[in-house]
Amino acid sequence: MAIKIKSQQDWWAGWMFIAFGVFFIVVAMGTPEFINKIFGGAKLIPGYQLGSSVRMGPAYFPVVLGGMLAVLGLLVLFDSIVEEGPKVAKFHFRPLLFIAVSSLAFAYLLKPLGLALASVILVFISAYGGHEFKIKEVAIMSVVLVIFSVLVFVKGLSLPFPVCPSFIEICPIR
Amino acid sequence: MEGMFGNLAIGFAEVFKLQAVTVAGIAMTLPFNILMCLIGCLLGTLIGVLPGIGPVATIAMLLPVTFNLSPIAALIMLAGIYYGAQYGGSTTAILVNLPGESSSVVTCLDGYQMARRGRAGPALATAAIGSFFAGTVATLVVAMFAPPLAEVALKFGPAEYFSLMVLGLVAAVVLAHGSLIKAIAMVILGLLLGLVGTDVNSGVLRFAFGLSELADGIGFVTVAMGMFGICEIIANLEQKEKREVFTSKVGKLMPGKEDFKRMVAPILRGTVLGSCLGILPGGGALLASFGAYTLEKKVSKYSHEFGKGAIEGVAAPESANNAGAQTSFIPLLTLGIPSNAVMALMIGAMMIQGIAPGPQVMTERPQLFWGMIASMWVGNLMLVILNLPLIGMWIKLLTVPYRYLYPSILLFMAIGVFSISNQPFDCFLMACFGLLGYVCVKLGCEPAPMILGFILGPLMEENLRRAMLLSRGDPWVFVSPSKPISMGFLIAAVALLVIIALPALRKKRQEVFVEET
Repeated sequence: MAIKIKSQQDWWAGWMFIAFGVFFIVVAMGTPEFINKIFGGAKLIPGYQLGSSVRMGPAYFPVVLGGMLAVLGLLVLFDSIVEEGPKVAKFHFRPLLFIAVSSLAFAYLLKPLGLALASVILVFISAYGGHEFKIKEVAIMSVVLVIFSVLVFVKGLSLPFPVCPSFIEICPIR
Repeated sequence: MEGMFGNLAIGFAEVFKLQAVTVAGIAMTLPFNILMCLIGCLLGTLIGVLPGIGPVATIAMLLPVTFNLSPIAALIMLAGIYYGAQYGGSTTAILVNLPGESSSVVTCLDGYQMARRGRAGPALATAAIGSFFAGTVATLVVAMFAPPLAEVALKFGPAEYFSLMVLGLVAAVVLAHGSLIKAIAMVILGLLLGLVGTDVNSGVLRFAFGLSELADGIGFVTVAMGMFGICEIIANLEQKEKREVFTSKVGKLMPGKEDFKRMVAPILRGTVLGSCLGILPGGGALLASFGAYTLEKKVSKYSHEFGKGAIEGVAAPESANNAGAQTSFIPLLTLGIPSNAVMALMIGAMMIQGIAPGPQVMTERPQLFWGMIASMWVGNLMLVILNLPLIGMWIKLLTVPYRYLYPSILLFMAIGVFSISNQPFDCFLMACFGLLGYVCVKLGCEPAPMILGFILGPLMEENLRRAMLLSRGDPWVFVSPSKPISMGFLIAAVALLVIIALPALRKKRQEVFVEET
């Protein structure tokens, strides 16, 4: 029996909510016994104490909320079969990837390479993820931004960022 | 009455006072708070003008910066960004038919039409006059209603707070657009994510999977920047549009006599409606401007001109959005409840400063409370004076292509998030939330309710715990007759849900939002 999905957005949204709800319940309460047995007895995910309604344990509120979320997810699923809804718009992976990678690169390269280089890397990678990429423009932009950031964030606001890479012993800009 | 003016005097004194500050190693004496107000207003206007970045993302970006400022300077600046954005948004709505701010969407309808007939100047002036009047009135409204409201709130116990938060979240969801069930689900998801971290009561590290970086929970700035900032950039990059910016010439600014006569009533109506809608949890500038336009269209004798350049169509929403933006601070300052995403961020800012939001802020920190209120009026004054001469500059900024803007925004966000705890992990989380936000938007789920839930999650749990402890485990305490306030809140919440779920009103709600898109 094939179920006709009338609203693709709601269909996936419903599953997402159910997944989150179940996730929080399982982590909060711990994996049930029959799953533990499959994995050889050890508790796969230890839960937290549930407590009672008088003394709510750390698991109490999460379980209640997780349950509500899962139920709402089911309602959304139901809606997706019953009511017409929009399709899921196309995922554009390119901007997503480049923006994410550029911010990660910045974060993990900041300490080794210093603010100046890390910023340049971020600007280049994120600009590459856009529609137009003209090297000269991007280069000028990155220089301007580095100068601006050093002036405002390091000098003006005294944020403790290393400006020069860690392999340069004495930094001209402090 | 005298009490109110006395309090406002305290506020103004605080706003204008001279302070010794050290900027970049140079010691000087400045009226620092005014300076912060100016920076906030200018920045707000800037991002109001620029489409693709709004007050939520900007405030989130600046939260780490406010750590170094005094509480009042921080809050004044951030508030300036919010209502400043209302001014900036109207400028582009009128001149370029591009709403820089979501609450300016309605202004495009008649404002741009006025501009096309060569009446851009009077349109802009009307928006400015209306906004300033509404800002002044709203300041007085806040000054008048906040103290009694805070007095009532001081009597709240944990049960009342819990019920109030439930009402606040429900109202915020009900008044927003989009699917109701999904919005509630997003709120609950936010509540759950807010619980990540160390449970204060038991010391247990929850949902952290052994990551010690999560011991203090997920940084709230991280979530805000991820869900609103990163997500917005990715969404903007998806569109390959070549935006043709057609700017109308501004011409002379002064509205004619006829214009002045016609704008009086809409400004008054817009101000009143905006003030009311702003106070409601879930309200704010956006709801106010939509509501005022709809009301004005129904009530005005020039309603046939709406959509073709009726000055009422600019005056009413512009007054309303300013009034709404300012009065939406009332639930924040008196009850500690955020009525929209911007207020949620304000709570974050207060928490960074170590201030617990709630009714006690008014009594324990009167300078902060009244200073904020006074600063809103001063900010409005600054905006009116500065904006009109600076219009040319704002227009030039619109021509900056997005490919220059977004790497800059991204860099500032990354720097801001990194500076929270000087660890790359926070940026990683920001990217994750960016992805989550992107997925949610694709699936038709709004991120704003999630951030409200995120902020309130730990607070709700705390109050729930205490209420249960006091009632010895009786869950019916929230609706027991011995707690009429709590019962009232919950009944109101249920009533709201029922009303909106009714098919007739559900259609109306969708209509209001379809009309404007």
